[in-house]
Amino acid sequence: MNTSSATSFWRSIAVALRLPISTNKSERRQTAGQSIGNKKFILLSVLTVAGFTAAILVNLLFPQFASVKISHYPLLGGMELDINGAYRIVLIALILLYLGIASFSWLDPERRKKFQKRMPFRFVIGLVLALWDVFGTKLLLLPQPFFPGPARIIESFLMESGYIWQNTLYSLRLFLVGFILGVALGVGTGILIGWFHSIYYWVYPVLKITGVIPAVAWMPFALTLFPTPFAAATFLIIICAWFPVASLTASGIAGTPKVHFEVARTLGAKTPYLVFRVAIPHALPNIFTGISTANAFTFTTLVMAEMMGQPGGLGYYINASKVWSAYYKVFAAILVMAVLFSLIMYAIGLIQGRLLRWQKGLVKA
Amino acid sequence: MSEQRLSVVNNVILRIDSVNRTYIDDADNSVEALQEVSLSVKRGEFLSVIGSSGCGKTTLLRLIAGLDTPESGELMLDGEKITQPAPQRGYVFQQGSLFPWLTVEQNIAVGLKARGIYKENKGQVAEYIKLIGLNGFEKSYPHQISGGMAQRVAIARALINNPTILLLDEPMGALDSFTRADIQYKLLELWRKKNITMILVTHDVDEAIYLSDRIVIMTARPGKIKEIIEVKLKHPRDRGKSDFLALRRDILEKLHLASTSPQPEYMI
Repeated sequence: MNTSSATSFWRSIAVALRLPISTNKSERRQTAGQSIGNKKFILLSVLTVAGFTAAILVNLLFPQFASVKISHYPLLGGMELDINGAYRIVLIALILLYLGIASFSWLDPERRKKFQKRMPFRFVIGLVLALWDVFGTKLLLLPQPFFPGPARIIESFLMESGYIWQNTLYSLRLFLVGFILGVALGVGTGILIGWFHSIYYWVYPVLKITGVIPAVAWMPFALTLFPTPFAAATFLIIICAWFPVASLTASGIAGTPKVHFEVARTLGAKTPYLVFRVAIPHALPNIFTGISTANAFTFTTLVMAEMMGQPGGLGYYINASKVWSAYYKVFAAILVMAVLFSLIMYAIGLIQGRLLRWQKGLVKA
Repeated sequence: MSEQRLSVVNNVILRIDSVNRTYIDDADNSVEALQEVSLSVKRGEFLSVIGSSGCGKTTLLRLIAGLDTPESGELMLDGEKITQPAPQRGYVFQQGSLFPWLTVEQNIAVGLKARGIYKENKGQVAEYIKLIGLNGFEKSYPHQISGGMAQRVAIARALINNPTILLLDEPMGALDSFTRADIQYKLLELWRKKNITMILVTHDVDEAIYLSDRIVIMTARPGKIKEIIEVKLKHPRDRGKSDFLALRRDILEKLHLASTSPQPEYMI
């Protein structure tokens, strides 16, 4: 390797790390536009997992100063696993995940760039985990029991993964039933409100007034009115999803340019075509804005409802754990929520991208 | 009955009989968009309607399409009274009328789908794409193609219904002159090939002379037909030839006179 190529090699790493290096602007832009070479990409992959590797090493090598009970849990086949071991397994899983993404990105220059962009963040996350481990478990300097170390949070899953899973399923079921019904109802009423003037006149004011009330305010009413807590919570989620979807659908339908209808009519279209093939496609971007809003409302309502009177669910789990001051379990539930809700939003995003692919390049973002 | 037979004998496809249409504008004034307008259009004819803005030419076209109804008078197509839009009266709108959520081929197929005859006529879509020369753009969305291409799609979309009459509402108004000439040429070709009656609303005198058999000159407030001019030039018409230019000057003069309303003797 000659000197100049070695310099550019280290410089590109510095750029990837966002380090302030002495390059002029045009040079830096050039680097951003360039494709990433094989050697550089391998180094990027190593750096991506380096933080997590450091976290493993810290967990292994840093002496346990504070007196923290490192519990052991039986595994299949008579083996045992302590909480530090479980924590390291999670870190190894993360390392494998990112190495998997790296090899998946190997052939695609665009993916390589994306991977490079996220490298510094992933690197730092590993270091943060190592620090958290040191202050939360090894030295126990964080206020307890409110801020347990990462290994302690993982312990929840060793203790009662079945129970957490059961509560997760309860939340998921509640979410799916309430959200799907709420969105369907919202789209339905939205179309009626947007299409018929008389329905707009009578229903829209009701929607406007009841829509601003947080759904959980209906809780006492719902709990007495419905036979089961599940039905009551479903009702709350339905009404909280219904409002934003209905009002945005209605405005999307009502805002369809007249010329679209006229074009369709001169081509021989009758009312059903005008509703389903002209007005609804036009309202679809709006409907999805309503759905994302409803999505955020639904997560809040779901957890609140579970905390206030459900026999299960992640919200219930948080509440039950809090009573025993088991804050590590609270964090475990929060972790599950983060993953679960992200997956749900991702799935909705996929559907939206598919249905609104005609907008690609037409609108910003 | 006898009148109807007469119109067939004379080969009149469209008869407009003393039609009136008044609007109430934003300032609560009633505007007479059309006053006692009568007109007969021959089968297979290319007719242009020209006039200053507000002369009611678009209103007239909308009445023929059935998108609007007159206060009095009637419009008859092939002896049938026009009351609502129908696929045999194709309509090409001004710029930007394609459905943005449909691809080029889906936009062209709208007429077939709306009438529930798509399955048995699927092959026609490809034919019309070829006819307007948009091969390779079938899967493009309207925002991905040029304005000229979009208007050709709009024309194909109207033609796929096999209309007996095609109504064109300034379809080339917003296009540059090269694209415009290209579409005018294409339109003439289609007109000859399909033997469709065409009514074009325009404010471009050259365009009207280049395309039409007859040119209807309208005046504004109230919207009235001032004069109908026959264009006897042979196709293909040369925009630079003296008879073309003479006719152009003639029409421009008439339009100028037409737009001169009585001037107030003093201004405040």
